[in-house]
Amino acid sequence: MTVLEEPVNAVAEHADEAGAPPRVDFDTGPERYRHWRYTVDGETAWVYLDVAEDGGIVPGYELKLNSYDLGVDIELYDLTQRLRFSHPQVRSVVLTSGKDSNFCAGANIRMLAGSSHPWKVNFCKFTNETRNGIEDMTDAGQTWIAALNGTAAGGGYEMALACDQILLVDDRSSAVSLPEVPLLGVLPGTGGLTRVIDKRKVRKDRADVFATKSEGFGGRKAVEWKLVDEAVPRREWERVVAERAAAAAAASTRQADAQGIELPPLRRDETADTLTYDHVRVTIDRDARTATVVVAVPDSLTDDPAALHDQGAAHPLLAITRELDDAILRLRTNELEIGTWLLLTEGPVDAALAADRLIANHQDDWLVAETTRYLKRVFKRLDVTSRSLIALVEPGSCFAGPFLELALACDRQYMLEGTFEEDEDATLPSGAAAEDPATLVVTDAQFGTFPMGNGLTRLGSRFYGDDDALEAVREKQGEQLEGGDADDLGLVTDAPDDIDWTDEIRILLEERASLSPDALTGMEANHRFVGPETMETRIFGRLTAWQNWIFIRPNASGPEGALRKYGTGRKADFDQKRV
Amino acid sequence: MTSARPKIDFDSKIPNNVDLAGDRKLQRALERWQPNFLDWWADMGPAVDTKDVYLRTAVDVGRDGWAHFDHVPMNEYRWGVFLSEHDPDRRIAFGEHKGEPVWQEVPGEYRADLQRLIVIQGDTEPASVEQQRFLGATAPSLYDMRNLFQVNVEEGRHLWAMVYLLHAYFGRAGREEADQLLARNSGSDDSPRILGAFNEETPDWLSFYMFTYFTDRDGKYQLGTLKESGFDPLSRTCEFMLKEEAHHMFVGTTGIDRVVRRTAELMQDHDTEEVAGAGGIPLTMIQKYINFHYTVSLDLFGNESSTNAANYFTAGLKGRWQEERREDDHLLADDAGAVDAFKNGQVTHNEVPALLALNQDLRHEYINDCRTGLKRWNRILAKAGIDAELYLPHVGFNRQVGAFAGASITPAGKVVSESDWNARKDQWLPTEVDKTHVRSLMHPVLEPGKIASWIAPPSTGINDKPVDFEYVHFH
Repeated sequence: MTVLEEPVNAVAEHADEAGAPPRVDFDTGPERYRHWRYTVDGETAWVYLDVAEDGGIVPGYELKLNSYDLGVDIELYDLTQRLRFSHPQVRSVVLTSGKDSNFCAGANIRMLAGSSHPWKVNFCKFTNETRNGIEDMTDAGQTWIAALNGTAAGGGYEMALACDQILLVDDRSSAVSLPEVPLLGVLPGTGGLTRVIDKRKVRKDRADVFATKSEGFGGRKAVEWKLVDEAVPRREWERVVAERAAAAAAASTRQADAQGIELPPLRRDETADTLTYDHVRVTIDRDARTATVVVAVPDSLTDDPAALHDQGAAHPLLAITRELDDAILRLRTNELEIGTWLLLTEGPVDAALAADRLIANHQDDWLVAETTRYLKRVFKRLDVTSRSLIALVEPGSCFAGPFLELALACDRQYMLEGTFEEDEDATLPSGAAAEDPATLVVTDAQFGTFPMGNGLTRLGSRFYGDDDALEAVREKQGEQLEGGDADDLGLVTDAPDDIDWTDEIRILLEERASLSPDALTGMEANHRFVGPETMETRIFGRLTAWQNWIFIRPNASGPEGALRKYGTGRKADFDQKRV
Repeated sequence: MTSARPKIDFDSKIPNNVDLAGDRKLQRALERWQPNFLDWWADMGPAVDTKDVYLRTAVDVGRDGWAHFDHVPMNEYRWGVFLSEHDPDRRIAFGEHKGEPVWQEVPGEYRADLQRLIVIQGDTEPASVEQQRFLGATAPSLYDMRNLFQVNVEEGRHLWAMVYLLHAYFGRAGREEADQLLARNSGSDDSPRILGAFNEETPDWLSFYMFTYFTDRDGKYQLGTLKESGFDPLSRTCEFMLKEEAHHMFVGTTGIDRVVRRTAELMQDHDTEEVAGAGGIPLTMIQKYINFHYTVSLDLFGNESSTNAANYFTAGLKGRWQEERREDDHLLADDAGAVDAFKNGQVTHNEVPALLALNQDLRHEYINDCRTGLKRWNRILAKAGIDAELYLPHVGFNRQVGAFAGASITPAGKVVSESDWNARKDQWLPTEVDKTHVRSLMHPVLEPGKIASWIAPPSTGINDKPVDFEYVHFH
């Protein structure tokens, strides 16, 4: 990610290191896009990156040369969601530039240089998630094709790498490049390094040459080195791109007559310490630095796919998924000091199991399938969230089927054994009265519907290397498991009874809040991803960890570092010790 | 919750001022723990079979009298749970939370540290009961036997006090720790008590008096620092325990008084220092016992320079002795202190941040307190016209913990070679011959008002009762 632009003399630090970053809003829609537009032509959607230079999400830089910032990415994410849900008949997506001269210069360097570390990290994480989503779409029959009608540098090329095919105009000047290392002293950290070798299978010595050659490669060499699939002469450009799009569409098995649904803006009440959606409620306790996220599953949720089509975005399953997605993004980006999230559910277990049947029995329905994929990605967002996640399983909750994944995504799970008796102090966070003990229900949803980035299920990750334990749980599929059973099966960390509950949870949370946030982030990220590596875990783990380390090193972000010196006409002054 | 266990009538069985009858959490915890405690008491408590003993039972914390005296069968002793009176305005007196209201719940951030402090304190209480298990069989008088049992039941109550804190404030982990307090046993190979001094046997009554004087005095200082704690229930618990602990000190102080007095009498009567033949304990032998028990107790204060103690102080968990009477900033962040050190064969001092010197500070307070006993005993000797003095050995003598661990320092403070030290250690520490002699004197005297040959009678009885009162009834 880089931008080749003229130096700007005054760069405002939009998020100074000590102060609060600006609050980010993820609400948008096609009518509000400033940086993107798209048209749908039959089975193909044409997506144009056309960044408004003065449209930075925060002041202090100009988005020259189609460079991007978080605001540009938020629109791209919204756009992918529209294609999924509102244009389900689309079978190929052409990603190209709305500018004449270049495709995309990557993430804006002024923005990066002026950003706080958390801002950079959050920005990169969100960018990565959107790109994984694009690959997800290709797998689901909406094949993305990058049509690079000009140079794609840094993050611009990384965006192309997320597409299934890369076409580069062969005009003897346009190139693809990853100039981060030579120009900025950082990495192509949103998937670039990883996808070049893992996905495009570029030989490692060539990858080394490519990633240190700031101007990159174009034309035949780019093809020969597998950096792009085709270099297309200008005069044939439009025809070839259209042909590739048509071919990809023809190969898709997507339902041709699917009728899309609208994605209206989410209803959300906000106060300083709460976010209230139709089904999801977030309450922040700033003193305790915790956020309580309650997912309320209404009993109106049925297993009838027709209801999903009729209600569209208002259908509880899709609505919960969207609301949870939005809540995660907001908490993650805007509430950096809220270090622990408590995840709760409420509602009838039967309703959660209806959602389970809807998902399990109707994957041939495009909207059910799309909603499932969406839910899968939201769970993955939790997996890579740098917060302590703790599930509280209390009476009146419905951690069953898909909603059990919420608990399994957490670092720890606490389940009340029995019910709250006599004790006036112990009320449910939901305020609900509950006379039956809490239960949780394992279903097929735990056995492959919602894989993690490591390719394993959350249950498989939990019981990694312990097949007997996994089998024991499988045998209990469909049963309503109470605290003691769940504890015996290893599905929860502990199952205190009502006498212990309040103290155990309070002490646990206070103790957690006293630990180093950095150590917790590192520990949790390591524990969550057990077992095999995938391209996804390598991007979120290895590449991101290295990048984030480099970000805080003086060689990048110090006053003499490359990121700060870029565009000033002066060279970075490196500390030459290799670490 | 259904339970097959018989319900315990808490308020009558367990005197308390913590609303036991209204606290399900405590009830549940104690329902399980109390039978285990009684089993432990039967197995590890006093081994002498008595009908009843004239004991003091804590029944309140008020000024109008907190204790009740009566003859009680030992296994019916009512171990209670008491916290000193609640001061709603109390604030943390030191450390980074100084000035904040004290905590009524365990702050999660300090759960592990507080639990550790309470467990270590709690572990010492039943340990001494175990160490003194067989002493009753050789009591020099009924008065002394009663005092021994009084100390024992109160150490048992102090265990209850710590267990109360674990049960009331530390959830499941606290209950598990409370169970472990009964599972570890003094001197056990598999699961010994946590602190070394509490795995030493108390084989005879001279050792018992020494233990109650020197080792229980360490307990007093530890309790004194925990009394300062920002965790109010711990503070209040320890404050009340100190009341009882005073009696334990008294047993030690007057016990040694009486041994010294008797030795002085025998020296005068027989005009010799060698009173062993006359059924007494020679002064040199008393001095060796002082040397041993004092130095073992010094070890209990830990390393001179301690980051744990510093952390506890900064966090507001454990203060200094008489913290609130001290005139400094109670933060100690920028102050310096000197701690004992042993470098290049020399006894010297190290300059360290004051926060790191807190163990030394407490040990220093303790040493000064120990000196008062020596003055008492030397007054007895002086009055008897005996030209000899008992003394406290040098702080570096016979140490296993801290700066002087392994150093060869004489009781006078002279550094000598290791071989020299070993060659002379029989002059300074009780030998097998000494111990055998003391043990040989240990014969029970069970007739009211009578006393063994090696010790003088007490000057007064307990609770205004005469010395010849029948403090212990037998079956």
